[in-house]
Amino acid sequence: MLMEFLPLLIILLLAVFIGVFVVVLGSTFGPKRPGQRKNSPYESGMVPYGPAKRRISVRYYLIAVLFILFDIEVVFLVPWAVVVRQIGVPGLVFMIIFVLILEVAHLYAWKKGALEWD
Amino acid sequence: MPVIGTIFYAFLAIVAVGSALGMLINRNAIYSALFLVLNFATVAVLYLALGAPFIALSQITVYAGAIMVLFLFVITLLGAEKLPGYEPIKGHRIVAIGLAFVFIAELVLFFFFRNQVTGPIPLIGPEFASPRNIGVLMFTEYLLPFEVVAFILLSATVGAIMLTKPERKSTTKLSQQQD
Amino acid sequence: MIDAALIWEWIIKSLILIIFLTVGFMYVTVYERRFLARIQSRIGPNRAGPFGLLQPAADGLKLIFKEELIPANADKFIFLLAPIITVIPALIVLAVIPWGEAMVIFGRQVNLFISDVNVAVVYIMAVTSISVYGITLAGWSSNNKYALLGGLRATAQMISYELALGLAFMGPVVLAGSLSMVDIVRAQQSSLWYVVLQPAAFLIYFFASIAEINRAPFDMPEAEQELTAGYHAEYSGMKFALFFMAEYIKMIAISTIGATLFFGGFDGPFVDQIPWLGPIYLLAKVVIYLGVLIWVRASWPRIRYDRLMQLGWKIMFPLALLNVIITAVVVVLVN
Repeated sequence: MLMEFLPLLIILLLAVFIGVFVVVLGSTFGPKRPGQRKNSPYESGMVPYGPAKRRISVRYYLIAVLFILFDIEVVFLVPWAVVVRQIGVPGLVFMIIFVLILEVAHLYAWKKGALEWD
Repeated sequence: MPVIGTIFYAFLAIVAVGSALGMLINRNAIYSALFLVLNFATVAVLYLALGAPFIALSQITVYAGAIMVLFLFVITLLGAEKLPGYEPIKGHRIVAIGLAFVFIAELVLFFFFRNQVTGPIPLIGPEFASPRNIGVLMFTEYLLPFEVVAFILLSATVGAIMLTKPERKSTTKLSQQQD
Repeated sequence: MIDAALIWEWIIKSLILIIFLTVGFMYVTVYERRFLARIQSRIGPNRAGPFGLLQPAADGLKLIFKEELIPANADKFIFLLAPIITVIPALIVLAVIPWGEAMVIFGRQVNLFISDVNVAVVYIMAVTSISVYGITLAGWSSNNKYALLGGLRATAQMISYELALGLAFMGPVVLAGSLSMVDIVRAQQSSLWYVVLQPAAFLIYFFASIAEINRAPFDMPEAEQELTAGYHAEYSGMKFALFFMAEYIKMIAISTIGATLFFGGFDGPFVDQIPWLGPIYLLAKVVIYLGVLIWVRASWPRIRYDRLMQLGWKIMFPLALLNVIITAVVVVLVN
């Protein structure tokens, strides 16, 4: 089992190497002349105003929670999609029940306006 | 081959425990979150080593890919990157240390009595945790838990929406109060 | 069992894929600039080398010698880390795609894939799901309002479209009855290409994957007019080049995955008799797919952010779910 994943480990290591190599390349050859003005965050040429990290809308949190829940649904669909041909009608019926229950959740979020951005 | 296996396992265990410690000790919440991602990845490799590639990759998809993104959002949402040095709940450190000792004692006890607690581990074939087997088991032996998951997810959705209350009514009320 | 020759084979195949992707990235930029220019009745870069083919080398050399700025109060370590972890998922996601039939090279039977795992589709989903980190962290660590907003928008957009993307994979999986990319290609060889059997899944995949890599018309996170450059606003020099590289390699990646899932991968006429036609067919399909992606960028205006999120959650996700269920019903009933 692990054997099949060893090549993936090799390509992962190579990819990490490429990333680090490119960053090192850039920081080796580039000039370094920092200045106070140069290092200030870019704000369309204006002097930066206020802190950059401020609290963000709670909608992002809500989208992330909904994503987790429906991502689990997708992950459950994966093994089902592989065997649905094999197990036939019962698998179909029980998965439709599963999906319908989660569709209630989706419609609830929809009706409550959790999917709106304004 | 067993020697390589042991070295491999030791390396994974050290990374897993180290990243867990890094997550606990770090004062910056973003770094803690990243250590936790590393921890999840190591656990995924452990699943892989146990012959369960589907579980390993689901672990990465759901935990590292979804739950940690939520954590990152919450950290930025609250602007809570830097944790305060004082105790937010009084006396929680002493309780935590006590609980840690209980946990360590439990581990030691388990280590000495492990043969009584768990039976001999049956050998599993290479297809034991393949997606095909998981799919078949999901619709035969574990059908009820599988359907219960849907209800748990439904209640979680309701809970998350109730907590954040994105209804427009509340925002208009707020603006009316301000007027 | 593992022997030295096998490990060398893996290393060589991984190197071939990574070199193909980095060189491909350079030439996709030229392809895009030339093709866009043609659509807009311009000529495009044609000075550096014949037909402007040396343009990416010139751009790369220029970027190496550029000063790299790190904004004040930025989190230096994460600022350095973010471009690296953005490029890694882009480079590794194609490791489970087959390029062709097994061939005999130097008297050795060589499979033309890096690894044929039996969970390849889940591997692609997992790698896609971790590719949000680089972008979120780049936005967070830059200490820049545009970057933070761009990073957050990008993350919210990517996770929203990941659902539809994951479900779009399920159509071909139901038909092929396997998560292995090799099996999916084989199943298409014995029946029809899945773009014919799964047109809805293909359309959902096409748009969701464009949204997943933040490309036009779903490039809100980088909307120049309102966010300057989004999450990579503060990046310069080679660190910027890494983001740029990741973006174009992701283009190649979604084209290759799309070609494999829906257009038969390396399948084509006479590929059984002449195995080396496989990689050529795959490459041709990828180039055409990339052309369509560029054409889409040239033709459609950027979609508004609230519409974008609603499209993902209210149209693409339910449609993708419906498509999977209908496919499964049909497959079971036909059986």
